[in-house]
Amino acid sequence: MMNGEIVPTETLSPEQLGKKTEVVARRPPRRISGYLLHLALIAGAVWSVFPFIWMVLTSLKGYVEAAASQAILPQHWLFSNYAAAWNEVGMFPRYFANTIFISAATVLGVLVTSTLAGYAFARMSFPGRNLLFVILLATMMVPFEVTLVPNFILMRRLGWIDTYSALIIPWTASAFSIFLMRQFFRSIPGELYDAAVIDGSTHLRFLVSIVIPLSKPALITSALLTFLGSWNSLMWPLLVTNSPQLRPLQVGVATFITDAGTQVQLLLAAVTISVVPVILLYLFLQRWFIEGIATIGIRG
Amino acid sequence: MESWGDVPILPVRTRRIIEWTAYLFILPAFIIVGAFHIFPVFYAIYISLNQGAINQFHFVGLQNYLQALTGSDFWSSLATTFIYAFMTLPVTIFLGLFFAYLLYQRVRGRGIYRTLFFLPYVISTVGSSIIWAWVFNPENGLANHLLSLAGIQPLRWLIEPSGVFGVLAAQFNWTIPSWAQGPSLALVAVSIFTVWQSMGYDVVLFLAGLTSLPGELYEAARIDGANAVQLFRFITLPLLAPTTFFVVVVSVIASLQSFNQIFAMNTAAAQTLGGPLETTNTLTVYMFNQLYTYSNYGYASALAVLLSLIILALTLLNFRLLGRRAEA
Repeated sequence: MMNGEIVPTETLSPEQLGKKTEVVARRPPRRISGYLLHLALIAGAVWSVFPFIWMVLTSLKGYVEAAASQAILPQHWLFSNYAAAWNEVGMFPRYFANTIFISAATVLGVLVTSTLAGYAFARMSFPGRNLLFVILLATMMVPFEVTLVPNFILMRRLGWIDTYSALIIPWTASAFSIFLMRQFFRSIPGELYDAAVIDGSTHLRFLVSIVIPLSKPALITSALLTFLGSWNSLMWPLLVTNSPQLRPLQVGVATFITDAGTQVQLLLAAVTISVVPVILLYLFLQRWFIEGIATIGIRG
Repeated sequence: MESWGDVPILPVRTRRIIEWTAYLFILPAFIIVGAFHIFPVFYAIYISLNQGAINQFHFVGLQNYLQALTGSDFWSSLATTFIYAFMTLPVTIFLGLFFAYLLYQRVRGRGIYRTLFFLPYVISTVGSSIIWAWVFNPENGLANHLLSLAGIQPLRWLIEPSGVFGVLAAQFNWTIPSWAQGPSLALVAVSIFTVWQSMGYDVVLFLAGLTSLPGELYEAARIDGANAVQLFRFITLPLLAPTTFFVVVVSVIASLQSFNQIFAMNTAAAQTLGGPLETTNTLTVYMFNQLYTYSNYGYASALAVLLSLIILALTLLNFRLLGRRAEA
């Protein structure tokens, strides 16, 4: 049944995507007047984007101006605020390095665990397969808050408080990614595997040499969503770290709120520094972000 | 979920063979998921039946639950949670569907609009809540600036515990009875932020749903003389029901669980971790305070279990109310 499956060439490949939207765009009715349509869309876009523009503009103002003036544009464009914010948050380079390390390690872990498990669920037969898969899916329904306290205690028992282990290891497997991989792998024709078996290939070799190269879209989507979650997480790192040396960027920015006090322009400069990498990543790879979200949605 | 039998995964001759290596394949994932996602669920239930510091738990039965259910804090935080959900969900879903439907028309620059709409969703809540806390700043925020253009006195937004209707009425020197004050302005401000943050997600989901609809029906209906409103009402909406259902289920769960938005925004507004206002204490915020500030592990776990039960019940209710219609 291909119906409802994630079909790589249709759902996720950029070339195909372009074609698909073109076809669809021709279909719907054109009753609403074009001007009104664009007016509404522009209003929506402005609503979505104005806080960022305002953030950047305010981050370039002087102290008095940021705190008291209501002019939209800065009187003098103080790019030095960025250097000041960078120096003020003495740990900025460290926070960045922590976040990049934590995110990269988490993504790597998720890719390995979910590729292996997704393949087993998609292509191999073993007793308890359905049951284990359902158990896995059920964990997606459990609110994060429920596992928060036990995991915190677990970290203390393991002696992982204030270590990278606590920040990385619990998140190196995700039911969602396993699900995504399994769906994708199932759309790869079974004949390929039959041919590989005749050539004497094992599952692992087939997975590494054929399935993985074919599954770039699913791998990228899974990596991106994991990366985003890791980069943006706040509550967990706040709980399991005490020393600033280990804290990721978000926690660093959150604590800078207190330190910056009334120096709003510095705070907003720090925020800008912390969001620019994600914005750039998103703008370059937005198709994968959006397709990933849309795919989960269609799956239901 | 489709049945397993439909998919000829393996040639028939090999199907009965048990591939033991499969367990090695799933082992790494299940070690992690088992240790940090499955085991903690049972551990949470156990903790919720105890009290005391981490190494000195003592069993107290259902006392934590009784404390929650008979005290006022749990109920008021639950009420706040639901008010927050009622303020954010319908607006977000409506705007999401609205903009998705506009983008579904033949629009030039559709990709650009979609990119911009989705942008808030990828930005960390910490970052965007700092921005919004400044938008809502009582002294020099953009929100008050806009209000002043309309001749409205500056409001205190995130640090305003009074009800929103009361605050509005005060602008005209009216007083309204306490039962009609409405949710606190602080909670309204957090809700505006939440709508801003999650709208793009709904746009993307609805747009994906819309583009998967069969186009022939539109052709047929237009030949029959249906107008735009009729097309939307009688073709788009019914066919979109599965997507709508999914969006509703996911959004209900997400809004009952939302913590980051409220926590980060309060922190940014008050310039201390957690923030000062009880009127924005949703269940998750209340739970986190019990954990982080008071180290009441047992009580916090009981709250978490209660929250999951509420989420489970609402999800089942959604399936009953909307699920059947979505499948039809």
